[in-house]
Amino acid sequence: MDNMCYDEKSRSEMLDEIRQTDFYINELALYLDTHPNDMRAICLHNESCNKYRRITDQYQMMYGPLTINFPCNKWRWIEEPWPWEKGGSF
Amino acid sequence: MWTYNKVLQYPVRIKCANPRLAKFIISQYGGPDGELAASLRYLSQRFGMPDQKSKAILNDIGTEELAHLEMVGSIVHQLTDGVSVEELEKAGLGAYYTDHGVDVYPQSAGGVPFTAAYIACKGDPVANLQEDLAAEQKARATYEKLIDLCADDPDVIDPLRFLRQREVVHFQRFGEALNSVQEKLAEKKYYMGLNVNNNM
Repeated sequence: MDNMCYDEKSRSEMLDEIRQTDFYINELALYLDTHPNDMRAICLHNESCNKYRRITDQYQMMYGPLTINFPCNKWRWIEEPWPWEKGGSF
Repeated sequence: MWTYNKVLQYPVRIKCANPRLAKFIISQYGGPDGELAASLRYLSQRFGMPDQKSKAILNDIGTEELAHLEMVGSIVHQLTDGVSVEELEKAGLGAYYTDHGVDVYPQSAGGVPFTAAYIACKGDPVANLQEDLAAEQKARATYEKLIDLCADDPDVIDPLRFLRQREVVHFQRFGEALNSVQEKLAEKKYYMGLNVNNNM
C-alpha cells in the first residue's frame, strides 16, 4: 500500500491515510514521553515520520497546503474548505 | 508555539443537523470537564513540572486537547448549521440563539459560560497531576453520557467514541508521569552551603 501510486487514490483516501499516520505519530509520542528508552517505539516513530512527510508532500502538491509552511505559487490556503465545515473533512 | 494543521484529528461528517444534541455536546467545548478546560489546565500546569517526562506529557496532551476542542466545535457547528430559528427554539436553544446565534460559544450544557475556575494550578506537581487524572476520568464519564444521549445518530457517536478513548489513553500517560514525579521528589537531596544563612 505504501508504494501505491497516489494518482490511484482519491483525495479522501489520501487524507484518511494522513490522519491515520499523524495519529500514530501522536500516540507514539505520548508513549515515548513516559518511555523514552523504548527503542522499538523510536523505530516505529521514525518510520511513521518519514511516511508522514512523504504522503503530506504528495497531498499538498495536489490539493493545496495543510499548513502555512508549505510553499505555493498562489494562495491556495483560503481556497479549500476548512475541516470543520460540512464536506470539509472529506 | 503552534502550527495549525488544516485537518481534523478524526473526521466529523454529520449528515443530519440535530440542535437537541448540540445543546448537550457543547459542554465538552466549554463546560467543566470540556476540552478547553483540559487544554488550558495542562498547558498552564506544564510550567511548574519538576521533571522532563511530565513537562513533555502535559505539553503534548495539552496540544492534543486543542485538536479535540476543534473536533467538538465541528460537531456542534455541523449539528446546528442551517437549522431554522423555530427548530432551535424547539430544541431548547432559544436563549442560546438570543445571545450567540449559531456561533459556537464555550459554555456548559446548562448554559454556564466557560470559566478558568474549572481548572486548578496548585503550585504542587503531585496535586496537579492528581487533578489531571481526575479530569480525564470526568471527561470520559461525560462522553459516555453524551453517547447515551446521541444513540439515534451514528455520525455523532463515532467521533464521540474516539474522544472517549483518548481520555483513557491520557489517564494512563498521566499516571506514568505521576510515578516519575514521585520518584524524582523521593530522590535523596544533597544540601550544599548549609552555613550561608547562619551568618544572619
